[in-house]
Amino acid sequence: MKLIVKIGLAVALVFSFVACGNSEKDEKESLRLDDYSSQPKEKETETTEAAADSGDDLSNKGIGPVKSLDLPESINSDMAANGASIFKNMCSACHKMDKKFVGPAIEGVTERRSPEWIMNMILNPEEMIKKDPIAKRLMVESNMAIMANQGLEEDQARAIVEYFRQYDAEN
Amino acid sequence: MKTITNFIAVFALAAIFTSCNQNDEGGKSGAMASSAAEKVYVSPGEHDEYYAFLSGGYSGNLTVYGLPSGRMLKEIPVFSQFPTNGYGYSEETKDMLKTSFGMVPWGDSHHPDISQTNGEIDGRWIFINENNTPRIARISLETFETEEIIEIPHSAGNHSSSYVTENTEYVVAGTRFSVPYPQKDMPIDEMKGNFRGPLTFIAVGDDGHMEIDFQIDMPGFNYDLSHPGRGESHGWFFFTTYNTEESHTMQEVNASQNDKDFIAAVNWKKISEYVENGGGETMDAEYVHNVFDHDTQTTISTTKNEVLRVDPRDIPGAVYFMPTPKSPHGCDVDPSGEYIIGNGKLSSDLTVHSFSKMLDAIENEEFDGDAYGIPVLNFESTLAGTVKEAGLGPLHTEFDDKGNAYTTFFISSEVVKWKLDTWEVVDRQPSYYSVGHLMISGGNSRKPDGKYMISLNKITKDRYLPTGPELEHSAQLFDISGDKMELLLDFPTHGEPHYAAAIKADKIKENSKKIYRLDENNHKYAAVNESETKMVREGNEVHVYMTTVRSHFAPDNLEGIHVGDKVYFHVTNLEQDFDVPHGFAVIGANTSELLIMPGQTKTITWEPKKPGVWPFYCTDFCSALHQEMQGYIRVSAEGANTPMKWGLDDEYTSN
Repeated sequence: MKLIVKIGLAVALVFSFVACGNSEKDEKESLRLDDYSSQPKEKETETTEAAADSGDDLSNKGIGPVKSLDLPESINSDMAANGASIFKNMCSACHKMDKKFVGPAIEGVTERRSPEWIMNMILNPEEMIKKDPIAKRLMVESNMAIMANQGLEEDQARAIVEYFRQYDAEN
Repeated sequence: MKTITNFIAVFALAAIFTSCNQNDEGGKSGAMASSAAEKVYVSPGEHDEYYAFLSGGYSGNLTVYGLPSGRMLKEIPVFSQFPTNGYGYSEETKDMLKTSFGMVPWGDSHHPDISQTNGEIDGRWIFINENNTPRIARISLETFETEEIIEIPHSAGNHSSSYVTENTEYVVAGTRFSVPYPQKDMPIDEMKGNFRGPLTFIAVGDDGHMEIDFQIDMPGFNYDLSHPGRGESHGWFFFTTYNTEESHTMQEVNASQNDKDFIAAVNWKKISEYVENGGGETMDAEYVHNVFDHDTQTTISTTKNEVLRVDPRDIPGAVYFMPTPKSPHGCDVDPSGEYIIGNGKLSSDLTVHSFSKMLDAIENEEFDGDAYGIPVLNFESTLAGTVKEAGLGPLHTEFDDKGNAYTTFFISSEVVKWKLDTWEVVDRQPSYYSVGHLMISGGNSRKPDGKYMISLNKITKDRYLPTGPELEHSAQLFDISGDKMELLLDFPTHGEPHYAAAIKADKIKENSKKIYRLDENNHKYAAVNESETKMVREGNEVHVYMTTVRSHFAPDNLEGIHVGDKVYFHVTNLEQDFDVPHGFAVIGANTSELLIMPGQTKTITWEPKKPGVWPFYCTDFCSALHQEMQGYIRVSAEGANTPMKWGLDDEYTSN
């Protein structure tokens, strides 16, 4: 009987927190003071089926604003050049192309990961390292060095993917 | 057993409803409405309703609080060096404290005032004055950083400041300690008739930039406090005076001899037009104007050499004196602009002047002589009413949105609420202890917000756990929405908060900047990616272009520095995410640390004294690998020929 009472109380308390929590949500969103207008919102993005897989395969699109991307066969060299310049300023302090540094080596990434996954990792790293199985594993491999959110726009992340594709095609 | 179970279930349900009510604004009308605790409780993770900016007094700074919780959110360094983030020590900000007396590392900040548009506070900037080495600072309410400081020449004790006109056309400065004008070597006891009390009007541009427009050459009284006219009285500014006796010593007694001193009514619009049409004469001055340039993230400091002096006697109708009993301190204008309240600090009464009666008296030339050529209006002619026997030692008055005024009484230690027009006292509440200023959000504007009032008390004594002889001052938050003032909360304040200003949080928080963009960083010594990091030697000066990111410095190994060198660490934070600062501290630095916000570059100097290998590190816990965020500098003896070499992860560059 005692146990039942305890469980009942616990359930009631949990319920009370849940009930109260909801009312705060709307305000939280309106409080965002963003310098980068298209930075992904903190709202829960649906966990994709791919993310539930633990495999390293290209079917994992990650979690974030980029749901699906159709890449043309050819590489846009202007976009790749722009991506290279963004990568240099925003990413190269932690990522080198040809060696593991703070984070993994970039070389071959387009053969290991889907372009959506790469972009979501750039645009939504906080949620990725919490929920995406690959991102979670990589963080452990990087001694808990988290992937920083550098506040990039979606088209900037896309340009970085183009740079990676070009690099992998040429190396 | 069943009874107990039921009891617990009921209790649990009750808990659910109670806890929900606390988050629900509408719930405040419930049974718990009278709870002071509930009124100041802001749930964890929730935001306060108001920003309050409290002067730091002798800390030289400005503190930011949330109301109604009384939680301190930030200390903004203004007139004092601030080793916490390097303000006043870093190469970029040390010139913010430059004056005509050289670098002054400390200030006495007094009266913050938020910029206004059409008589309403608009949340663009907040101004604050420095009393000791007369200056006015402008602080951005986007970055919450000091952007500009202008020195006030020919002034001493800039106390009647830094109040703004209702479209922020001007911010004013005054002279509390009258002085020779211009300064000269002369016997002190020849003060009377020879000292002056210039009032300075500083024009504020649309971008906030301040320029001294003119300085009014006023008699050598002590100009204590001021407030702008508003509404009908827009275009006028009112200043209280004391020591109209012009005594130069033992002022405690000698400056309190006259039954009445004056409120100076200044028609600044008239003087502004006069100046625009070529009036006034330039006189020599020396003052420094410092502007923080966001583009280069560096202070641009300019020394100026002249100021425009205006003799009010040359401009008919520019300045009048209104006699006001007994060494008036606060000079407060009601929201309509009709009433000017003189808080005679050595009296028990308040004197209320009427602006419209003042205009009539001027029109009808109801004068009672003059003081140094400035007409003195007949006391009865401008008098609207007197708040009789309200308390002892009135200091300051603010207003609500329902036609009430609130006056602090220092000696009788209370806040007294009274009605405009009828002058009757309707409520009084004790303050703990000896209240100075008080503040109502928008209380110095056309539209006060009559929800909360805080009293800023000068004496703390037993209100908190004792902390030795030196105590922080204390503020008290009152709910003033009802007929009676209700004390809700005590909270300690930092330094001595003279005045304060508050504004609804939603007027500011959406604009609050989160990061500085790296692609807008035009600092001369920025390294916006690791490939730009380097060491450059210029004689015995070594410039280190360094970057930070979670969690390493680049470079983190530096060699080729010698005893006798002066090393400039120019540190750029490559982060672009909200609230990821990095710190920089190096052993034995005679300066301070740096705290560098995302996208910013800051510079600190280091003059190594001893050969060895010396560490530097990040002071702000930035990630799980923060403890690893460190580096080494090899320092060789003076004259050694260790080559310069720098790198990260064993990849070195040298020259």
